Amino acid sequence: MGLLDGKVAVITGAGSGMAKASVRLFVAEGAKVVAADVSGAEKDTAAEVGDGVLPVHCDVTVEAEIEATMRAAVEEFGRLDVLCNVAGIAEGAMLADVTTEHYERQMDVDLRGVVFGMKHGIRTMLAAGNGGSIINWSSLGGLNGSPWTGVYSAAKAGVIAVTKAGAIEYGPKGIRVNAVCPGFVHTEIMGAHPEYTPGILEKSPLGRGAQPHEVAEVAAFLASDRASFVSGVAIPVDGGWGAKLA
Amino acid sequence: MGMLEGKVALITGAGSGMAKASSRIFVREGASVVAADISGAEKDTAAELGDAVVPVRCDVTVEADVEAAVAAAVERFGRLDVVLNVAGIGAPEPIHELSAGTYDSILDVNLRGVLHGLKHGIRAMLDGGHGGAVVNWSSVGGLNASGFPTAVYSASKAGVIAVTKAAAVEYGGQGIRVNAICPGFIQTEIMGRSGGQKFPEMFEKAALGRAGEPLEVAEVAAFLASDRASFVSGAIVPVDGGWSAKIA
Repeated sequence: MGLLDGKVAVITGAGSGMAKASVRLFVAEGAKVVAADVSGAEKDTAAEVGDGVLPVHCDVTVEAEIEATMRAAVEEFGRLDVLCNVAGIAEGAMLADVTTEHYERQMDVDLRGVVFGMKHGIRTMLAAGNGGSIINWSSLGGLNGSPWTGVYSAAKAGVIAVTKAGAIEYGPKGIRVNAVCPGFVHTEIMGAHPEYTPGILEKSPLGRGAQPHEVAEVAAFLASDRASFVSGVAIPVDGGWGAKLA
Repeated sequence: MGMLEGKVALITGAGSGMAKASSRIFVREGASVVAADISGAEKDTAAELGDAVVPVRCDVTVEADVEAAVAAAVERFGRLDVVLNVAGIGAPEPIHELSAGTYDSILDVNLRGVLHGLKHGIRAMLDGGHGGAVVNWSSVGGLNASGFPTAVYSASKAGVIAVTKAAAVEYGGQGIRVNAICPGFIQTEIMGRSGGQKFPEMFEKAALGRAGEPLEVAEVAAFLASDRASFVSGAIVPVDGGWSAKIA
């Protein structure tokens, strides 16, 4: 008996990293999953994890693709209970060097993608009338500042704001909305850029980075009925990093 | 296979409310529990839940009592993996009428009691050498002011948040995770019997439009205590149906 038996989830960014780990865990806990990604790697995720995963191409900056992804969940699996808005990018720039292109690309994926994911996820949940649970990926960068990440932090702080707004607006319909704020996580992207990591591993009091599945576990709990009174919350998953003055 | 299979937990305030509900969930998930309370009702909790629960009388304001409760866990079950510092009190009193007695009693139970639990729980975990998890009970009152005159209660619960973060930072290196939960309006025995009549407006404050059940808070504590939350530490988690996310 899994935590998510009988539930249907859409997970964006599912070709890699924390989203891919979430697909794996959600299926292990009994859910059916639509694995959405712009990269094509969602097909690999589906092939690896097996039955219960439907890969769907989805660029979260394009509203019609998000809408189609939610529809795919209903058509393939009959309902939508959980939405994990994971897809995101992190491009750095000092504020004096921010370009319009950098700003728009960062905001388009990390904030607009989440907002429109919520819009169509909530619409689908409202149509079925069974409530639901949404988990948005914010970041430790959404709670505090760091150099090079001003626009990223703004997008991720925005994710916390829309998480709270969504929780308040749709709580009466039984839809819970929460955010996770990962610290340093050993995703494929971070593994490919060891230059990002010096010093970061010591910052978390646990003295290490997270494995993607450790963040997925928090998302699975929030998605489950065990978290029935948790809504409007932004949970750091950072080994204590955010609890500490820099 | 439960989430807490093989773990040993000390739960304070376990005679009633969220702590009693936590004892129940922890046993369901496979843990052994020392149910500590000052009231005597810890014996009822143990009688209801069976052999996996040992009741211990404990006044959390008395350091020796807390030390003995921790020792009881190690003696009876061989180790200590989890401490839930739940025991707490509240007494509304406007600031301009505040008595020293009210201040002392609230801070003693809600903050000193939590520090006692941290101190001796962490010592036992350090001795065991395999890390551990502590979950402290703060409150939405530790995050913001309420419409009731609860300044001192809020101060004590904000202090719980501060020591939670401090302990997470101090002992993360030894594999000890420390987190706090901030319950909103929960229908405990104390609130449940009269809560609906006394505070009807409270049910509407949460975005979910209802009060929480003690078991719903216990589920969050069980998750945080489990190895599934292996990278969650220093986190302050409201369990309030969305109440604290909203501008009043």
